[in-house]
Amino acid sequence: MNIFTRAEFLLNITRSQGIARRYFVVNGFDGALTMLGMILGFQFSASTQLSITINACLGASIALGVSGVSSAYISELAERRRALLKLEEAMLEDLQESAHSEAARWVPIMIALVNGSAPLFISLVILSPLLLTHAGVVLPISPLFLAIILALIIVFLLGVFLGRIAGTSWLRSGVQTLFIAITTSVLIFLFTGY
Amino acid sequence: MIAVKRVVLDVLKPHHPNALEFCQALSAVIEGSTVNVTVIAVDEKTESLEVSVEAALIDFDLLQDVINKMGGALHSIDEVEVKNEPNS
Repeated sequence: MNIFTRAEFLLNITRSQGIARRYFVVNGFDGALTMLGMILGFQFSASTQLSITINACLGASIALGVSGVSSAYISELAERRRALLKLEEAMLEDLQESAHSEAARWVPIMIALVNGSAPLFISLVILSPLLLTHAGVVLPISPLFLAIILALIIVFLLGVFLGRIAGTSWLRSGVQTLFIAITTSVLIFLFTGY
Repeated sequence: MIAVKRVVLDVLKPHHPNALEFCQALSAVIEGSTVNVTVIAVDEKTESLEVSVEAALIDFDLLQDVINKMGGALHSIDEVEVKNEPNS
C-alpha cells in the first residue's frame, strides 16, 4: 500500500474525509478574505511601498498557516484519541496495534496540514502578482488590482467547490460566496477608504 | 506437512473498515484464497462477522495479524480443515 492509498485508508476508517474537506474550505476562505481585506486596505491607503505590502500580507499568511496547523492538530488529536478510547471500550480490546490507533496518530497530522496549507497556499496565489512585480516582472495592470481579482476568483471557486460537494447549483453557491467577498470589500471601503 | 485448508472464524470488528474492505485485506495476504464474510450482528460501534477462509495453505498467524491490524478481534475458531500433505 503506497503512502497515498494508506492515507486514504486511514481517513476512510475514521470517516475524516468530510472533516478535511470542511477545514480546507473554511480556512481557505479565511485566507482568501484576509488577503482581500489586507490588499484592499493597502489599496485604499496612501501610496505604500510594495515590499511593505508583501511583508505584511506574507506575515498574515504565515500566521494563518501556523494557526491552522496548530489549532487543527490539537483539536483533532483530542477527538481521535477520544474516538479510539470509545472504540476500545466497545470492542473490549486494546487497539494499539490496529489501523485505528495508527489513524489516531496520523489523521490529526493530515487534517492539520490541510487546515494550515489551505490559507497559506491560497494567500500565496493571491499575492503572486505582488511577488511577480517585486521580482521585476511587468504586469499589464496594477498588481494590487490583479491580486483583488484573484482573491474574488478564488472565493468564487471555493463556493463552486462547496456547491459541487452539496450537489446543488455550483453557480448559485459560487455567487453566494462571491457576494460575501463583495460585501466584505464594501465594508472595508466604508471603514477605511471613504 | 500439515496444511490448514479452511477456517471459519468468529470476529468482532468496528464498522470501518467495512466488510468488503475487511474481506479484501484478508484475501490479499493469502495467495489463492477465497474469503467469505457474513455479517451476523450489528451493534452501535461494532459488528460480528463469520469469516470463512479457504486456500491451499493458510498462514493462520498472518491471518490473525491482519484481523488485528484492521481493528478486529478474533473471538473463536469455529471450524478448521487441515490436510496432511506429503512433503514434495
